[in-house]
Amino acid sequence: MFEDFFNVVKKRFNDGEEEYKPPMFKCPRCQGTSPLSKYEELHRVCPKCNYHGRLSSTERIAITVDKESFREFNGNMRGADPLDFPEYKEKQAELRGSTGLSEAVITGTATIKGSPVVIGVMDSRFMMGSMGSVVGEKITRAFEYATEHKLPVVMFTASGGARMQEGIVSLMQMAKTSGAVKLHSDAGGLYIAVMTDPTTGGVTASFASLGDIIIAEPKVLIGFAGRRVIEGTIKQRLPEDFQLAEFMYDKGFVDMIVERRKLRSVISHLLKLHGFDSKEA
Amino acid sequence: MDEKKTAWERLQLIHTKGRPTIKDYIPQIFTDWYEMHGDRLFGDDRAIIGGIARLDGEPVTIIAEVKGRDINENKTCNFAMPHPEGYRKALRIARQAEKFHRPIICFIDTPGAFCGVAAEERGQGEAIAKNIAEFMTLRTPIISIVLGEGGSGGALALGVCDELAMLENAEYSVLSPRGFASILWKDASREQEASELMKITAEDMVRLGVAEAIIEEPLGGAHNDLDKISENIHEYLSQKIPEKCKKDIDVLLKERYTKFRKIGAFSE
Repeated sequence: MFEDFFNVVKKRFNDGEEEYKPPMFKCPRCQGTSPLSKYEELHRVCPKCNYHGRLSSTERIAITVDKESFREFNGNMRGADPLDFPEYKEKQAELRGSTGLSEAVITGTATIKGSPVVIGVMDSRFMMGSMGSVVGEKITRAFEYATEHKLPVVMFTASGGARMQEGIVSLMQMAKTSGAVKLHSDAGGLYIAVMTDPTTGGVTASFASLGDIIIAEPKVLIGFAGRRVIEGTIKQRLPEDFQLAEFMYDKGFVDMIVERRKLRSVISHLLKLHGFDSKEA
Repeated sequence: MDEKKTAWERLQLIHTKGRPTIKDYIPQIFTDWYEMHGDRLFGDDRAIIGGIARLDGEPVTIIAEVKGRDINENKTCNFAMPHPEGYRKALRIARQAEKFHRPIICFIDTPGAFCGVAAEERGQGEAIAKNIAEFMTLRTPIISIVLGEGGSGGALALGVCDELAMLENAEYSVLSPRGFASILWKDASREQEASELMKITAEDMVRLGVAEAIIEEPLGGAHNDLDKISENIHEYLSQKIPEKCKKDIDVLLKERYTKFRKIGAFSE
């Protein structure tokens, strides 16, 4: 009985307190909390540890390309269900509704400080950014367009890997996208890959790792095998920094780690260093 | 050919002790085999072997994933799970084949690329990505055959080719059914159910446009008659290799790209 009474009081006290509490952000990296407004103001960067949180594809495009310059490719392309996998169609429809996205990547043309680019941005809100037929096809077409029009490609990766519900068809998207990257590269095209949180599995093992220049945002997860899978294999806990951008940088698989606030400017400089100057206004 | 088996039955079959591995097949199908070692960067991964031999008297390059036939062989070849240096060795040997105008025959037989700390540190993702991209434009014919397990990116790293054949009971999948069940349903014990839903059999591969041919196995599986299964593989290669070598290389490369380019299901 006393316990009940105590719980009632505690609940009231908590309820009362919540009215004054601003929404908080809890960092998945440092576990520290900061006001959500501060986190949002920094475009989702943890004010305490500089972890770069996940942006939606529309937010990413907005902070990267010149205003009004983005022209989307294949905006209506939607997934099918090659294996007749239970509940897959329903899952896609539900996510289209809740996220407003058609699939896990948006591609198109834009300018960055005047330099023309083909840009692709993956979105982890749509089935963890996993690569099925639509992601594979859109990325392949983006590279083919860039090859044909002699344009550089800037690709923001964020993916849990292959789309399980599409099975082997999903695995083949690795070959399809990597083939298109290779033809773009053989034609002399510049490809800047920007690895964001998380870049893993079949995306790491295909187009994400094939950039001429590979940039990563600070502290994001980059790897091939999942942490739990590796821990299961070696039967021990992995160090905290394992598979972070900084780890991959030390091992030689990332050219530079660039903070989000500097990213647009760094990409612009790299484009200009490769001769992609601003189109005359 | 056996009466129709389920994916799960075929999985049991390819894990039968005594199922032939590449080490059994090489002396049966090829002559003058010389194995080459090392990626020239880090070391020699015994999960992938590569080298030169003759097929019907003509020089070919062989690249293969190696399953062990006993515990000692399995320790040496890491249960056919390559590290990055294995894929880099494969690429080095493939580039030599291109240089000396030898066709390449890849034998796939792996549960997947190894998942471990060292593999991550040495860039497992980058190594696989590089092979996939480079094999797409190698200017020499490539035939790949899945002998048993074709597990994920670890298989695809030797699977970008002009034509893919599956042994009748072999499987090719995005992930092992066990891993699949554990990722999708957080319950690895549902692997049998996963194996049926995933569409992983040789017939599935042909239907989905992933494979072009199925090589028949002796009644009950390859382990029942090594001579017969070797003969079937040999016969397939004797037909396909000259056929691909006769093609104009630019046409061949265009067809290779298109083979993968057209796989996918979507609407617009």
